[in-house]
Amino acid sequence: MATSNGSSTGTKITALVVDDDRVINAIHCKRLNKLGIENHVAANGKEAVDLHCSGKKFDLILMDRDMPIMNGIEATRELRAMGVRSIIVGVSTRSIKQEIQEFMDSGLDDYQEKPLTSSK
Amino acid sequence: MDLLSQLRGQIADFSAFLHREGFVDDQFTQLQKLRDESSPGFVVEVVSLFFEDCEKLVNNMAKALEQQIVDFKQVDSHVHQLKGSSSSIGAARIHNVCIAFKTCCEDQNRNGCVRCLQQVNHECIQLKNNLQTLFNLEQQIIAAGGSIPAKQ
Repeated sequence: MATSNGSSTGTKITALVVDDDRVINAIHCKRLNKLGIENHVAANGKEAVDLHCSGKKFDLILMDRDMPIMNGIEATRELRAMGVRSIIVGVSTRSIKQEIQEFMDSGLDDYQEKPLTSSK
Repeated sequence: MDLLSQLRGQIADFSAFLHREGFVDDQFTQLQKLRDESSPGFVVEVVSLFFEDCEKLVNNMAKALEQQIVDFKQVDSHVHQLKGSSSSIGAARIHNVCIAFKTCCEDQNRNGCVRCLQQVNHECIQLKNNLQTLFNLEQQIIAAGGSIPAKQ
C-alpha cells in the first residue's frame, strides 16, 4: 500500500476508521492490525474532523457514509477543504449508483461496499 | 476416537449446519480467521457486541413502531445500522430480514415493519443460541487441552 503525503515520519502505515457502529469498528481495526497498519477510531464524521484539527494525520481513512452528528459525505468534504490528502475510502452498505456517486463526489478516492474483506 | 477428535468433529458438523441453514455466511468464516493468539476471544467479543447493539436497536425500533405517528425514517436508520453490522459478522438471516424490513420502511408499511421486527427478534435469539453452542464446543476443546481448529 502506498504512503500518502499525510504519513508520519515512521514507516508504519496509519489508518483512521470512521464508523458509528462499534462492531464494524472492531472488525475493521482487527483487519488493519493484522496487515500491520496502526489504526485509530472515530465514531462519527465530526470526531474525524476534530482529530485532524488537533494535528493528527493518517495515510488511510475508512469512512462510513451514514453516521449521526456528521455523516461521511459532510466529513469527507470538510477534510478535503482542510487540505487533507489522505486516501479516503468510503464504506457503506448502500448499493444505489446515485448514492455511491454522491459519496464519491464528496472527495473519496475509492468506494467499497460493506462488508469489507481483507482482499478488498 | 479420542475426546478432542470427537469435539473437532462436532464443531465441524455444527459449523456446516450453521452455514447450510443460512444462519451464517462466509463473512462469519472471515471473522473467525481474524482470531489469533493475541486475541483468542476476538470472535466471542465481537459477537457479544453485536447482540448488545442488536438488542438496543430492536428496542428502539419497537418504541418507534408503537408511536401513533411512526417516524419511518428513524426506524429505517436503525434497520440500516443493523443491516450493516449483521452483514459484517456474517449473520446472514438477520441481514436478509433487514433487506425486507427496509422495503417496509420505504413503503411506510407499519404492519410489515412490525412483522419484520418480530422476525429480526426471532432470528437474533436463534443465532445467539446457535453461536453459544458453537462457542461452548470451542471452550470444551480448550478445556481438553486442544486448540480451536484454524479456518482455511
